[in-house]
This record gives sequence, C-alpha cells and structure tokens, in this order.
Amino acid sequence: MRFIWFNLMPWPYLPEDFREKYRSVWVDIPSTLYDPVRGHEVYNAYLDQLEFAEAVGFDGLGVNEHHANAYGLMPSPSLMAAALARRTSRAALVVLGSSIALYEPPIRVAEEFAMLDVMSGGRLVAGFPVGTSMDTNYAYGRVPALLRERYAEAHELIRRAWAAEEPFVFNGRFTQLRYANCWPKPVQKPHPPIFIPGGGSVETYDFCIENGYNYSYLSFYGYLRAQRLMANYWQRVAELGADDSPYRATFAQCICVADSDAEAERLYAPHVGYFFNRCLHVYPGFADAPGYRTIKTIQAGFLNQLSRANLGQAASLSWQELIELGYLVAGSPDTVRQRMEELIKTLRVGNIICLLHLGDMPTEKTCYSSELFAKKVMPHLRGIWKDYDGDERFWIHPLVRRAEPGRTIPEVRP
Amino acid sequence: MTIRSSRIAVAGGRRTIRVFEAGEGAPLVFLHGAGGLSEEDPFLAALARRWHFFAPLLPGYGDSEDAGDLRDMLAIALHGFDVIEALGLDRPILVGHQMGGMIAAEMAAIVPREVERLGLIAPAGLWLDAYPVPDLFAQLPHELPALLFHDPALGERILAASGDLDDPKRLEAFLIRNARQLAMASKLLFPIPERGLAERLYRIRARTIIIWGEEDRLIPSAHGEAFRRAIAGAELVRLPAAGHMVAVEQPEAVAAALARLE
Repeated sequence: MRFIWFNLMPWPYLPEDFREKYRSVWVDIPSTLYDPVRGHEVYNAYLDQLEFAEAVGFDGLGVNEHHANAYGLMPSPSLMAAALARRTSRAALVVLGSSIALYEPPIRVAEEFAMLDVMSGGRLVAGFPVGTSMDTNYAYGRVPALLRERYAEAHELIRRAWAAEEPFVFNGRFTQLRYANCWPKPVQKPHPPIFIPGGGSVETYDFCIENGYNYSYLSFYGYLRAQRLMANYWQRVAELGADDSPYRATFAQCICVADSDAEAERLYAPHVGYFFNRCLHVYPGFADAPGYRTIKTIQAGFLNQLSRANLGQAASLSWQELIELGYLVAGSPDTVRQRMEELIKTLRVGNIICLLHLGDMPTEKTCYSSELFAKKVMPHLRGIWKDYDGDERFWIHPLVRRAEPGRTIPEVRP
Repeated sequence: MTIRSSRIAVAGGRRTIRVFEAGEGAPLVFLHGAGGLSEEDPFLAALARRWHFFAPLLPGYGDSEDAGDLRDMLAIALHGFDVIEALGLDRPILVGHQMGGMIAAEMAAIVPREVERLGLIAPAGLWLDAYPVPDLFAQLPHELPALLFHDPALGERILAASGDLDDPKRLEAFLIRNARQLAMASKLLFPIPERGLAERLYRIRARTIIIWGEEDRLIPSAHGEAFRRAIAGAELVRLPAAGHMVAVEQPEAVAAALARLE
C-alpha cells in the first residue's frame, strides 16, 4: 500500500453565511473574499503541512489544479510541486494537474513536468486530468464538445515530446509545431508514472488500461458510493485482459484521526462541516456543461449519483451520518484502521490519497491527525497487497544519488 | 397543413440529417436556434402558409447524426450550403433564429452571391460589451422560460414538453438530448456567442430583414440595431410584447415581416 498526503488548499476564511449569500464556491465567486496578506500565511502553512507529511512517512505528496475556486487555491500545481521539490527529499510529488487540454501549446506541460522530474531527481508522478467542467469550460472557456479531442491531441504531443530523440513536426488540429523539441527531458524512462484522475467517464477506464496509467478516482463522496464505479473499472480491466494489480487504481478519501472516536468528533467536526457546507457549495448551473460528458457516459447512468447537487446532501448530514455513509473515515486509530482496510479491499486500490486537511482545519490539528494516521494506522495497512509488492510499474523510480539542496553554496564568512 | 419529415444524405453521404418541409411557393430554408425545432412549432405553420419551407435539423439535433467533423463556424456554414445543395434548391430565402441566424448571416457573408434574401430573427453572433448576452450554458431548466419568453407561462408550457424530469428514464433522455444539442451549439456559442462575424457582415449583398422581440432578455435588441448598421440596406422590425422566442410567440407577425423580402 502507498499513501499520498493531499491538501486541496481551500481558502479557510469563507464567511459563515457563505451558502446563503453566494451561489457558488467556484467560477463566479467574488475575489473580494480573498485576502492576499492572509493568503501568504495560508500557502506557507499548507506547504508546511505537506513537508510534515513527508517527515512522518507518507509516500507521496499530492497537489492538484483548479481555477476560480475557493476550495482549491492551486491554479498551477506545478508551482507547488516546485516548492516541494526543494524542501523534500524522498516522497513522490504527485501532481494531479496539469489539465493538459488547457495549455497552448501543450508541450509546455511536457517541459514543466520534465523540469519537476529533473529537479526532484525522478520523484514526479505526472497527472493528466481532463479537468472538471467548471475548470475547463466555465473558468477557462474551452468549448465542451471539443475538450476531449483537445485532450487526446495534447496527450499525444506530450508523450511524443518526451520520447523523441530528435525534434519532430507535430501537425495537430489544435496545435502545430514545426520544431517540437522538449528540453529538458524527464529523468524517469520512458516517462514518469502517469495518473489519470477520473470521475465517472467510461472512456477513461480504457484509456488508462491501454496505456498502463493509474486510474485515480478523486471523489469526495467516500468509498461506499465509489463501489459501483470501481467495480465497473475492474470489470473493464478483466475484459481487456489486463492483470488485476491493485496499483492500477487510486482512491481519495477524507480521513480524520484522534485518540478516540469522541475526540475526533470534538476536534474535527467544525472543519469537516466547513468543507462539506462551504467548500463544496457549487452552483448546479456550473455542473457539466452540455457536451462535457460523452453520450456513452451519460448512458452508463452514474451521473445522477455523481451530480454535484448530491454534494448539497452532504452539507446537511451529521457527523455520524457522514461516517455511516462513508463520506468520512474518522475516529480512533483502531476505528480508522478497520474502515480503511474495508475500503482498500472493497475498492481494490493500491494507493490512497489521504485528504487529512479538510476545510478550515488549522495546521496543528492537521498535523496531529496526519501523524496518528502515519504512525498508528498506516503500518497496519502496508501489507494488504503484499502479493503485489514487486509491482513498480505505477510508481516513481528516483535517481539513487540525488542532489542535496544548498550543498553547493560556499560558506559565507561573517 | 401536414409537415413532411424525411432524412436526407448531404455532403456526398458524409452526413445524414432530418428535414421538415411543407407549404407551396417560393423555397425558404429555416435554420433553428440552439434549443432545436419540433414539428409542432407554430412558426413552421406560419411559414407554410406563405412559402415552401425546408427546416433542416443541425447534426446533433433530433435524429440528425452527430458530426464530429463540424468543429467551427466555417465548417458549419459550409454544411448549410451542402444542405441547400442536397435539397436541390437554387438561392432560397434563407432565414435563421438565434444560432441559426448567426449561421445564415455567416453563409450570406461567405458566399454573398448565393444568398439573395436573408431573414435574421434575433440572431446571435455579435458581442457588445454594453449589452452582454447571459450565459446560456449555465442556466437551470426552470430559469429558461423567463429568459426566453416574454410570457414565461407560455414558455413553461412549451418547455414542459420534456415531461417530468424526476423520472430517471425521462431525465436520462433529457440529458442526452440536451448534451447532443448544446454540444453542437457550444461550437458556435461557447463561452461567448461570437466568432468574428462582425468583421464579415460588410460582404452581405442580400436584401435583409432583421426581426427582434422588444422584450428579448437573452440577446438584447441593441444587437438588432448593430446588425442593421452593419448590413447595407437592412431593415430592422421590432415586435412589442415578444421575447427571444419571438417566432414562437408571434409566428404570424414574424412571417409577415419576412414577407417584406418578396
């Protein structure tokens, strides 16, 4: 098992009456709610938490990409990964951007990811999300009906740019390059491990399986609601004749750990409430622009279950209900261990993205919860897939000898 | 009046589309807006009383097949000429509403000698900072009647034809229809319904009538004035007590205004 510590980087100062006063946390939220002076503290605290996560033993540090979004303050995940590359030394840098259909020319992503892989000595996990409709269509203006075609073309360009030994001509429909020539090239060969965040589009299963990419289901709904989708994924894996290594799949889960179940509720309930009430308050008019989903996916029929409106339901649930319905895994190390084991086995996932910072949770509580998870939960889950221990296909392969930041600076005499 | 409905092959068999047709007289081609077109549309009956109309459904609408190769305005405008060709028509009166008006104006600008009479009903295609068009792609279904109709109650009756969306089967059908139609429309209208038409309107040679509902809340009638100024000799007819769906709300008045093209 591998554990990726992840922080969505929400804005923690949304007003208490946010739901009543504003229609959406995303797309058209007024930026007067943001304060760059406080933002300075917030970014630095969030980066501290990510560095702490490496120190207590997490295998990966996760960042992602959102636009015009108060629950995700990372328009450029690569910037955060660059900051982490210098201040961490061991953990994978799991960049679950970049949304490759948004960049023109998309070779920019090949370059930035290569830079990150070289800077970190081969610790990059390259995420290629299509991106949500809110990000790609509403905030970035991409035509919904052409988004997936753009994505496919950008993917082809990036893969070729990493693999090519000579400059090549790229004649795409959206991008034409006479001299496609990616400098630098990634450390990891033939390319860094690629994770594809999916959210219910059936085409994404095949794309991952055929290309040897990890399928990452990033949901805030919890593992009970993910069972049908993941079962369909594994069925597709079998249909296409691929092996059933759990490292093909990643799942994101909101987790809170304390000394006891009661302490968990006392410590974290307000922050979990902030997350489900304010962070996930998205105007339904911004969910899935027509054309964003393929007809095949609509026909597969889980969009109703996945609709953003469903998140509204989570806002009204009590702490106990959130736990019972699986949105949240919370409690003592024993409680969390037991539920995580159930989650890992039922979804058959080798990687967990641990959402241990939620809403407006302060750093002290975040670190407390994360350290308990690392020390008292993780060790008991490590061996669940021991039959697949040798499967390194879906994970980083860092250089053995890596540079130590600051070591080449000569001593400054006083 | 009976509407004949058939599927025809266009562009040398590359695409198959549905066409409604009725009436007698001079041929008129009507291009529908982003919401599509039903056979029961009262405007079609009004057209049939004066002309032999042909109303093709754009790929993605009804059982017109999706056309992945139609990605931008040029391809869609040329598709319009492919349809006229497939119908065997010679310079028909060309009329379009909203997105259809945008396409019709584009066709008239691209090949001015092929479009001699042009009717633009609340066409999309311009962007005026002082008169922004609301985001059609971020509306909830229940918001549409008030946005599109002068009389929201009439709008509700018409839009309710989709039936009860709490029924999962109907919801799925609605989502699929909506996704297909607006996916196609998004190629011309998303994120802003403007594709450079203003730079090409000077090429139009057609006798042009522009028709606008004075209470249009989707595309403000100031756009009508801008079209009139940009197209040489164009006339603007403003109809009171009508919204964006002016042809549904006042089919006879719109047909009478179009008759000035004769």
